[in-house]
Amino acid sequence: MTFAPKAMILLAVLGLAACNNPDKYGAGSGVVDPGGAYGDGGISQGSISDPNSPAYFAATVGDKILFAVDQSTLSPEARTTLAGQAQWLAAHPQYSAIIEGHADEQGTREYNLALGARRANSAQEYLISQGVAGTRLRTVSYGKERPLAVCSTEDCYAQNRRAVTVISLGAGS
Amino acid sequence: MLRIALAAVAALMIGPGVALAQQGPLRIEITDGVIEPLPFALPQFVAETGDAGQMAADITAVISSDLTGTGLFREIPQSAHIQRFSAFETPVSYADWQAINAQALIVGGVSMAGGKVVVKFRLFDIYSGQQLGEGQQLAASSGSWRRLAHKVADVIYSRITGESGYFDSRVVFVSETGPKNARLKRLAVMDYDGANVQYLTDSSTIVLAPRFSPTGDRVLYTTFETGFPRIKMLNVGNVSAQLLPEIPGTMTFAPRFSPDGTSIVYSMEQGGNTDLWKMGVNGSGAARLTNSPAIETAPSYSPDGSRIVFESDRSGTQQLYIMPAGGGEPTRISFGEGRYGTPVWSPRGDLIAFTKQHAGRFHIGVMRTDGSEERLLTASFLDEGPTWSPNGRVIMFSRESSGAGGSSQLYSVDISGRNLKAVSSGGAASDPAWSPLLP
Repeated sequence: MTFAPKAMILLAVLGLAACNNPDKYGAGSGVVDPGGAYGDGGISQGSISDPNSPAYFAATVGDKILFAVDQSTLSPEARTTLAGQAQWLAAHPQYSAIIEGHADEQGTREYNLALGARRANSAQEYLISQGVAGTRLRTVSYGKERPLAVCSTEDCYAQNRRAVTVISLGAGS
Repeated sequence: MLRIALAAVAALMIGPGVALAQQGPLRIEITDGVIEPLPFALPQFVAETGDAGQMAADITAVISSDLTGTGLFREIPQSAHIQRFSAFETPVSYADWQAINAQALIVGGVSMAGGKVVVKFRLFDIYSGQQLGEGQQLAASSGSWRRLAHKVADVIYSRITGESGYFDSRVVFVSETGPKNARLKRLAVMDYDGANVQYLTDSSTIVLAPRFSPTGDRVLYTTFETGFPRIKMLNVGNVSAQLLPEIPGTMTFAPRFSPDGTSIVYSMEQGGNTDLWKMGVNGSGAARLTNSPAIETAPSYSPDGSRIVFESDRSGTQQLYIMPAGGGEPTRISFGEGRYGTPVWSPRGDLIAFTKQHAGRFHIGVMRTDGSEERLLTASFLDEGPTWSPNGRVIMFSRESSGAGGSSQLYSVDISGRNLKAVSSGGAASDPAWSPLLP
């Protein structure tokens, strides 16, 4: 149960990094591949054991923070994770990040888009407060469109109320 | 005995002998009280040219489906008919139809020539023994035969209920495939009854919440094709689409046309906060309508364009508010238990449909525009996103099932809460938006 979600997160990183970097990959490819939304987007993620790799960032630093129902305030655990992300970003200035906000399925579509944006913004503001340049960060909300866990119980909902920091090459805008 | 019972149970009868067809004795009052469907007879339309037999049968079947699908009408099977029509002009034997308890009789003829279909029909009030309204003749290219059938059914519905119909209309929606954590979505449009599904986009990116223009020729929707939610406007005729302008670094979503089709109200997110804005359909003149640290989204105009209903969590939870169309102080209208979202103003102007969440369940409901007389029409694990039929009598929405294998389907329900049923859409579907009646 611990391995599977991490693998999914990593795959999500690969797919969405491609998705959100139209400058690098061309506007025409700025879309999720229909065959595999979580497919390899062409960025080398490196080895999980290489501390300089986005794969290490996702798996070891932790690319994901969780939120309470209908909330966008940061828990102490979320702050710890974000502080680690800020340290890693400080040490790796060649990378920028897109922070994705997500919601569980217990909400209407438009509201969840707005709620996801709040969550992504909370994470972004904390990273900035920890010294990450705002120009290296962007936010996006997926609302309830991309759940990580697919069951319809609180176990899954808790995993889906999240903000994910997706690393990509490039110093930002 | 029978006539008394019908009058008492269904309240269908008005005084006899009124000259105007719209006020004739054959009448359904569409209120909360219509429980007993009106029995009608629909002999297969007469094929008036040799090659029109199948077309006559198909058109008759669509008319039957339209009328019975409302829940307001019940068809008397053709096998029970006593009189048979060999020609459109055959005189009606009222006694034969009274004998099988038909209240309305529809007689029609179909002919084909040069790639065109011509349908003519008459509607009869069996108990008063007279024709209801004038006979009508409609023509179209043979590829549009379903629309001819819908138009006939709209006229019949209108003559009996006194209200405009909704059968000759379309629904734009999001077609869904794939697993729940990697759902593929694409825009599609279909006839209101699920026929003629046509895909408007591919599934290469997430698309959400399409909305028809007041004339039905354009669709606004939200797309992730740039990697971020943005609003796009699609021309239904040639399936070309263009992104609307935005302020860099923002997200824009939840668009809807103004009733005059000249402007768009939508949500814009900046720095984590979502407010309402509007702009011209050409993308010019973006102007802020709300300015609060709360979430303001899901805006919908009143039919006269003077007001906007929307949802906001400024009180701490999602609730419904109404404000002037140019912005200004909003008035809260929802005060029941739970959370209220996705308000949509009825085309008649009298009601607002919404999604309500309460105690772990989702409901589609309606309330008056001052928030009074709230009525919940549905309940399920996840119902959301109501859209109104062109006559404001039926609501279509998405219903999603729970769990890992959960999927979404379109449903419709009368505003009375009756006649809840799944709507065919050629597969899983969400976010329906009903067009106006087609011209």
